[in-house]
Amino acid sequence: MAHADSALQPRDPAALPRLALTVLVLALLWPGFSLTEFDPAVLIDGRSRETMGKFVSTFFPLETSPGFLQLVARSTLETLAIATAGTVLAMLLAAPFALVITRSLSISRIGPGPGYWLGRILRLPARFAMMFFRSIPEIVWALLFVRAVGLGPAAGVLAIGVTYGGMLGKVYSEILESNDARPAAALLETGSGRTAAFFYGLWPVALPELVSYTVYRWECAVRASVIMGFVGAGGLGLQMELSMRMLNGGEISTILLVFLLLVMLADAVSAILRKVTA
Amino acid sequence: MRLVHWLVMSVLVAVAWASFGYLSLDLGRLFDREALAQMAKYAISFFPPDLSADYLVRIWQGTLETIAISAIGTVMAAVLGVVLALPAAGRFGAVPRVAARLVLNFLRSIPELVWAALMVMAAGLGPFAGTLGLAWHTAGVIGRLFAETLENASPEPAQALRLSGSRPSIAFLYGTMPNVVPQLIAYSLYRWEINIRMAAILGVVGAGGLGQMLYFSLSLFQQPQAMTVILAMLALVVIVDGASAWLRQRLAG
Repeated sequence: MAHADSALQPRDPAALPRLALTVLVLALLWPGFSLTEFDPAVLIDGRSRETMGKFVSTFFPLETSPGFLQLVARSTLETLAIATAGTVLAMLLAAPFALVITRSLSISRIGPGPGYWLGRILRLPARFAMMFFRSIPEIVWALLFVRAVGLGPAAGVLAIGVTYGGMLGKVYSEILESNDARPAAALLETGSGRTAAFFYGLWPVALPELVSYTVYRWECAVRASVIMGFVGAGGLGLQMELSMRMLNGGEISTILLVFLLLVMLADAVSAILRKVTA
Repeated sequence: MRLVHWLVMSVLVAVAWASFGYLSLDLGRLFDREALAQMAKYAISFFPPDLSADYLVRIWQGTLETIAISAIGTVMAAVLGVVLALPAAGRFGAVPRVAARLVLNFLRSIPELVWAALMVMAAGLGPFAGTLGLAWHTAGVIGRLFAETLENASPEPAQALRLSGSRPSIAFLYGTMPNVVPQLIAYSLYRWEINIRMAAILGVVGAGGLGQMLYFSLSLFQQPQAMTVILAMLALVVIVDGASAWLRQRLAG
């Protein structure tokens, strides 16, 4: 009977290749399981389950004592301030870089002038520096700055300033180059300098886009500054790290909730700001 | 500029000013000669990087561990994401749909690094915590996307199979899945690329890989070793970027 059945219902012709592919992927992943010390039993073995259960049950109810809420409010403000100050620092860092590397502001491009080689020599290291700034993740910068300037918000501000400075510089110059270059070119060709060509030729056209991207980066900075707190750079993350050290589940869930609200708030503020300035 | 622009601008400037004030940050003092000299001294202590053979072997192991964390984490996330995506796409009715979406949103809105820190508490220091941390967050991301893919998939092939008498599970496997699996695989690969970058830094909370090596060497004031780890991280990111760009071009062309 079974024979007749399988003759009536032909097997899936793609089954074998699919099976082979799955086996191949699993074989490739196999060393990964030992490399990652893959062991779900850790989570559910007797003793650890008991401690875990006790710990997880402390996540509720949320910690809402006035003293702790005050502390959380203060670190939330600190996180926002770190993100804002870091973004300002990033803008200050990015603006001169962007002005240096923007091609549509290059006088030497109009014709072979005396500044040609100077321009090329300046532009290359500027591009390289910005690439270096942004390719190291902000949390690594934060680790480094915590050791260079000490624990606290200053390290977070510097880390955001450096990483986002590199990103903003690149994106600013891209925005400036993607906009209509003719006004600036007309100014440069009739003999005005770089700064004048920028302020009267590029700035008026590109401003909304520049602002909108900066606001978006501020939104990312809020998220990043929470995370950087874990390595000692102040703010809400530092508070969460402390609560984790003390295994205080109630405090952790309060901070997580505040973090989610903060991210939503930053989202909303950034959306409104971008709509107003666009 | 209109009035509203000026208004927004002045509010922004005031907020920025207040931020520096709130943190009592004095940029002048942060960048004065003494502080700069100290920072320069610290920066110089990172050179030359430690390129001795046995340290490079350890870096290689750390890199493999990072890649393994990202790969296993992404696979776990894809499995969990699919499991949650089925109810989230409304396959089991309205109530499971809302519940599964809530779970996915929760998983997604907590960043990898916070998950990893929580998992370090649950599973102890080491790469397994990092794997779990990546898996939770990525499951939320992949699950949401896969749920949307399932909802948008055309129902006709599965309906045809159902009408010609197959069981619902077979209709789903042979009618719906072939349409949605390519997108699931493509998106998982894309998340894997992101997760390699993430896995490299997750270790700063103790979750294994290159990040943990960086954290250790910085804590032990071994700056040359830290520099080697940073270079390895940069190399890893550059290679992953290059490989993915190359693959994308090949696959698209």
